Amino acid sequence: MQAFETHRGIGVPLRRSNVDTDQIVAAQFLKRITRTGYDDALFYAWRQDAGFVLNQEPFRPGTVLVAGPNFGTGSSREHAVWALMDYGFRVVLSASFADIFRGNAGKSGLLAGQCGQADIEHLWAILEDRPGTEVDVDLVHRTVVADTFRCGFDIDEYTRWRLLEGLDDIGLSLRHTDAIAAYESARDTWLPTTAPVNR
Amino acid sequence: MLAVNPRRTLAQKIWDRHVVVPGREVGGVMSPDLLYVDVHLLHELSPQAFDGLRLAGRRVRRPELTLAIEDHNVPTKDIHLPIADAVARAQVDALRRNCEHFGIPLFRMGEREQGIVHVVGPQLGLTQPGMLVVCGDSHTATHGALGAFAFGIGTSEVEHVLATQTLPMAPFRNMAVTITSRDGRLPPNVTSKDIALALIARVGVNGGQGHVIEYRGNVVRGLSMEARMTLCNMSIEAGARAGLVAPDEVTFEYLAGRPHVSTGAPWRQARENWATLHTDTGASFDREVELDVDLLEPMVTWGTDPSQCSTLSGAVPDPAFSASPAQRLSAEHALRYMGLEPGTMMRSIQIDRVFLGSCTNGRIEDLRAAADVMRRRRVAPGVVMLVVPGSMRVKAQAEAEGLDAIFLAAGAQWRAAGCSMCVGLSADLLVPGERCASTSNRNFEGRQGKGGRTHLVSPVVAAATAIRGTLSRPEDLAD
Repeated sequence: MQAFETHRGIGVPLRRSNVDTDQIVAAQFLKRITRTGYDDALFYAWRQDAGFVLNQEPFRPGTVLVAGPNFGTGSSREHAVWALMDYGFRVVLSASFADIFRGNAGKSGLLAGQCGQADIEHLWAILEDRPGTEVDVDLVHRTVVADTFRCGFDIDEYTRWRLLEGLDDIGLSLRHTDAIAAYESARDTWLPTTAPVNR
Repeated sequence: MLAVNPRRTLAQKIWDRHVVVPGREVGGVMSPDLLYVDVHLLHELSPQAFDGLRLAGRRVRRPELTLAIEDHNVPTKDIHLPIADAVARAQVDALRRNCEHFGIPLFRMGEREQGIVHVVGPQLGLTQPGMLVVCGDSHTATHGALGAFAFGIGTSEVEHVLATQTLPMAPFRNMAVTITSRDGRLPPNVTSKDIALALIARVGVNGGQGHVIEYRGNVVRGLSMEARMTLCNMSIEAGARAGLVAPDEVTFEYLAGRPHVSTGAPWRQARENWATLHTDTGASFDREVELDVDLLEPMVTWGTDPSQCSTLSGAVPDPAFSASPAQRLSAEHALRYMGLEPGTMMRSIQIDRVFLGSCTNGRIEDLRAAADVMRRRRVAPGVVMLVVPGSMRVKAQAEAEGLDAIFLAAGAQWRAAGCSMCVGLSADLLVPGERCASTSNRNFEGRQGKGGRTHLVSPVVAAATAIRGTLSRPEDLAD
């Protein structure tokens, strides 16, 4: 995973609440077997509308998405995170995130920063008044700066640390192989296995 | 550190049992607990997880605690033929190759045990009280009905579980949802699907965010195991990653004799163990919600998220009366997409398609309830109804009971098992503008096909709607 410390890029205001993962990446794209190449899939249905924010020139190369609350609700598809990243987004800011989306973002290196809704509204106003405004996101200090506006954001400490270090979760857990083996040897014998049975 | 309440909730008890390495300080921050996974269910949509393993030269730690089933993109008719959609076929082929390579048991399309992972797991007895169950699918919450801690994960986490049989998890908060009525029963033709929709309408689609929900109360005790699965299944639509019900005699009776459930002395040990699986008196919940269902009516969604719903006897609401500007904007958006006018009576809305199936409502009891409504009746002219059993076992059972004959005589289509119209990955799709009464779980824009309009309902409402052609409950049908 690519480490993340700071990022500067064009902010994109997305004035919608409860943006579900079916809108971020529609089911038809989940049949692919690759982990990359989902940039065309991002917000596919909404992008058919010429008025959609990503179809407006200053926003097209945006990398910091500023969205309404409960972003990423719905299915567990990690493709939603991959599509945002393949398009070029490194950061999503929202007043709240669906649990699974937030977890997936942290695993793939997309920064999901939680800001107060008042701060989100302020960012929307700036980005709409002056389209193309660049936003500075600093994970070390947990700050967002756009023009003269500055606010903080929340992210759980452990995810922040892993993002800063660019650490692979699996590698970290495999350091505990002995503890895992010890746990396994003490598991109850009535617990089922998936080995085929003929009943 | 905060003092820990020694009285534990059911979810906390299950969590405690699965801690392999407790959270500790790493790099100046607390790491999450590392939890052991008892059963890991897979389907064809996570091939990238296997690619990750291969790239890193890792193996699957416990293939015998892992089970793969083809469900999301498989066709539900002509299943004896190769999958016509080349992209879907490539994905199913990838799953087959990966299972073969890593030694993971697999149920293929059309096989006796194939079906939707969340229908098959409980049906085989693979999900048991006190277990920790994960799957790369948000409706994994379903398995909580058996008193298991079950939640959906993303592809990176699937890879993590394959490699280590564990997951690092930050703790959930605890939410109690107590569902009661005077006599513990539900009003006629009101089901656990309606409870779920009423709950989501009450707390919102993010009401359970960060929480695991424990469903309690006399109504929950009176629900069948399958009805509890429907309720737990919809937890994610309230934003909760998991939902569960403390195991009781209903649970034990359901499990006894199932293929993967122990017998003899191990069964007795398991029963003893399960007896401790309940929330202690005095345990604290972070949030408590009480739902009185004496006056509950069948529910139906009018919008594009599951909280946008009303009673079937009600009307499409006016967004002007929304609780907040954001909700008003969402409701206006939703009504435009759904092609509905405020004030329209729900029961006057004409339907093009009816879908009976999914991990929410594709079990034998769901099919029985719908068949009861449709017996000796005909689907309304112009309406297309798909009946898709949740698993091949459900299909076989329904056929043994003659339910298929009832659906077919009514003019409905009887299909093979899969996710079908719930997820819009197979050929079972709406065309733009088509309106569907669906027993599935999500009414998001385009969920059942681009431009398709979804109304979430229970199986009995789906059946009555198919007969009348407008959103209806069984009481609306003439004898």
